[in-house]
Amino acid sequence: MKKIEKDNSKCIACRLCEQACNEENFSGTDKKVIMIKEEQQQNEIYVCNQCGECISVCPVEAIYRDSEGVVRIEESKCVACLMCVGFCPENAMFYNERELVPYKCISCGACVAVCPTEAIEMRV
Amino acid sequence: MNIEAIRNKHKLLMQYDYEKKNLHRGYTGKTLYINLSKNMVKEKDVTEEMKDKFIGGKGFGLKYLWDAVTPETKWHSPENEIIISSGPIGGITQYPGAGKSLVVTLSPLTDMPIDSNVGGYFGPYLKFSGWDALEIQGKAENDVIVFIDGNKGVVTIEEAPLEAVDAHVLTEQLTEMYGLDDEDKKHISVISAGTAAENSLIGILNFSFHDVRRNVSRLKQAGRGGIGTVFRDKKIKAIVISYRGITGDLNQPADLGKIQKAGLRLHKEMACLDKEQNEMRMVGTCNIIDVMADYDLLPVHNFKFGTHPDAKNISTKVFRNKYFTQGIPDGCWYGCSMACAKAVDQFEIKTGPYRGQVVTVDGPEYENAAGLGANCGIFDPEIIIELNFYCDTYGIDTISFGTMTAFIMECFENGIIDEKVTDGMELKFGNGLAALELIHKISKGEGFGKIAGQGTKKMKALFVKNYGADESFLNDIGMEQKGLEYSEYVSKESLAQQGGYGLTNKGPQHDEAWLIFMDMVNNQIPTFEDKAEALHYFPMFRTWFGLMGLCKLPWNDVTPADNSQTDEPAKVPGHVQNYVEIFEGVTGKKIDKDELIRQSERVYNFQRVFNIRMGKGLRTHDQVPYRSVGPVTEEEYLSRQERYDKQLKELLGLDPKDYETKEKVQRMRTYRTDQYEQLIDAVYARRGWTHNGIPSKEKLEELGMDLPEVIAVVEKAMLDLK
Repeated sequence: MKKIEKDNSKCIACRLCEQACNEENFSGTDKKVIMIKEEQQQNEIYVCNQCGECISVCPVEAIYRDSEGVVRIEESKCVACLMCVGFCPENAMFYNERELVPYKCISCGACVAVCPTEAIEMRV
Repeated sequence: MNIEAIRNKHKLLMQYDYEKKNLHRGYTGKTLYINLSKNMVKEKDVTEEMKDKFIGGKGFGLKYLWDAVTPETKWHSPENEIIISSGPIGGITQYPGAGKSLVVTLSPLTDMPIDSNVGGYFGPYLKFSGWDALEIQGKAENDVIVFIDGNKGVVTIEEAPLEAVDAHVLTEQLTEMYGLDDEDKKHISVISAGTAAENSLIGILNFSFHDVRRNVSRLKQAGRGGIGTVFRDKKIKAIVISYRGITGDLNQPADLGKIQKAGLRLHKEMACLDKEQNEMRMVGTCNIIDVMADYDLLPVHNFKFGTHPDAKNISTKVFRNKYFTQGIPDGCWYGCSMACAKAVDQFEIKTGPYRGQVVTVDGPEYENAAGLGANCGIFDPEIIIELNFYCDTYGIDTISFGTMTAFIMECFENGIIDEKVTDGMELKFGNGLAALELIHKISKGEGFGKIAGQGTKKMKALFVKNYGADESFLNDIGMEQKGLEYSEYVSKESLAQQGGYGLTNKGPQHDEAWLIFMDMVNNQIPTFEDKAEALHYFPMFRTWFGLMGLCKLPWNDVTPADNSQTDEPAKVPGHVQNYVEIFEGVTGKKIDKDELIRQSERVYNFQRVFNIRMGKGLRTHDQVPYRSVGPVTEEEYLSRQERYDKQLKELLGLDPKDYETKEKVQRMRTYRTDQYEQLIDAVYARRGWTHNGIPSKEKLEELGMDLPEVIAVVEKAMLDLK
């Protein structure tokens, strides 16, 4: 399964990952599917680990796992209920108020490539 | 039978092409009117006044029904209508429980308006197809199907002679017939009744949705008050709708973000808190079976008792571990993370015409386990599931069937009726096979099945007339009021809940108020004034769901983590605020929590006046059977002697040792009956009603419901009472 693993203790909140994600996948928007939350004790990285919880809560079977094990959304099937957002244990299913369909990490690896501290790594 | 062969026998009676109206902020502004006697279809405008005063859902249903009938109209009169409407919020996909339809008609059980709240996809699809409401009047000559194609903008009325009548077969036939392929089946929703609906007065409507994971059509029920009986009397076999292209903004809401935020708050509560609170996602409403049995509230043997040693056989755990299929998002509309529409899959039917069939059964829900089970002394889960299946597919109300069968069983055990009357059925408490035999007879309208299907009220009169039964005893133990059977909670130890059942508009259904824990367990409403306030607030608050197209359950079957620290935890203030926000988010109209209650009060009082217009709705109709208030028999008294003796001592200042049981029963009765009367006084005063239960003119003026036709009814009623 192709997925990103994270180590919060290594995150320095430089946000290069967010920037790379945005440029690779959502150029021209403010969207991204990795998010860093700065905390006093330890920063927190929100990114999908491809666990598939969202697949089981989707009422229209719009979410599926592809041949590489990556969880993906078939946008034409989505009814925008956002249950997948609410039930994501990693807080890594994203949405915004201007769009109906949520969006998520597809394990493209752009963020991993720019992380200077190896706080995120790709596992296959 | 081959679907093509069935379809080929359809005869088109009329076709109506329409231009679909764009939805704007929750409304299409149009109602679809169909007259089956004339094969006529027309569009009606939904006025701003309709929206302001009646909002939608059952508000629209009551308004259209009022305009359609006279005080002389009976349930089977051609002018009686069935109105189906969702409401402005209905059809949003971001907040749990937002796919409800409200169905209104004149009830064959109560002879006044009944409203029933039902899931399934029909309500949202109707709105997306261009209609805020569907209003059906008249009667067809032969069995018909009404079909609405919401994408093409076509309505047809077709004679349909060959389709099955029983719901699980008919729904599968029509879903296949109107769906283009398996993938398309989720775009079809079917309304059907069943064979028992046409042979009894307790018929229901089944609203379908196609379950994509099970690949089976699921059924949700508009259960109360005999709506399915009216449906079959109009010779409607089914109403079918198709709508393709569901997205999350079809309501064209004013502020989608507001709705999304509120929905996410609830989704997260369901994700994090449901497992430790009610387990709705695992067991649905069956989560309360054990709680009810523990608190002596589970009706047993026609509401005589509140628990039973065998209740463990039908416990929550049994249904969770052995029967309900887990891990499926069982919402009856998109976005319902509460997902309570549990199902038993791969269930093999053991009796009746479908013996040997392997089916998916919707439920059982709590009411079914309690009514079909404990109340009839049946503690075999598989009998309960099979009764549940047959109630649904035959098209009768599980609650009415359970409560009236319990009544029959008590009459049988008391020798009021015997096997000669029941066609040989030994209808004793606990005889599950006899209960199944009874339901098969009801579906055919045969023998005692025909009698039982008339419901408790009519059976009482018949048993008195034909078998010399003691009328006052039957009135005590026949658990109906206004003609409607009680739902499945023992209210004896909660005066507030006695009112929660007795002071309802449609009859003793718990959807207006469920106050037992506030009252009996937590003692939060000790005085008459406190109880009256609760019997004002909660019925009004809960009415609001039926105006909007919403389900009640997500309001308080999960609560925010900090709910117990709020000022009024019973109201779940966090969720009330969610509702204020999603109303604004959809309609763009600003309201607060007080205006929310006023919206309901307008419709609630209108419904009360409607009841009065139909010759009901007065204080005399709010009287309740004593079984709902206290122990009718010495057996009941003795079963809880310690409790009752203590009450005699503490509340009446009597020493129980000085009295025989019979006298203690009587003393208790006098006291409790008087308490109920005092409760009525307090509640009427709080609701702005007269001593006789008539909404005062001042109250109607204050609400802006002083419509001339409403005031005329009120004035006439006041004059008549003088």
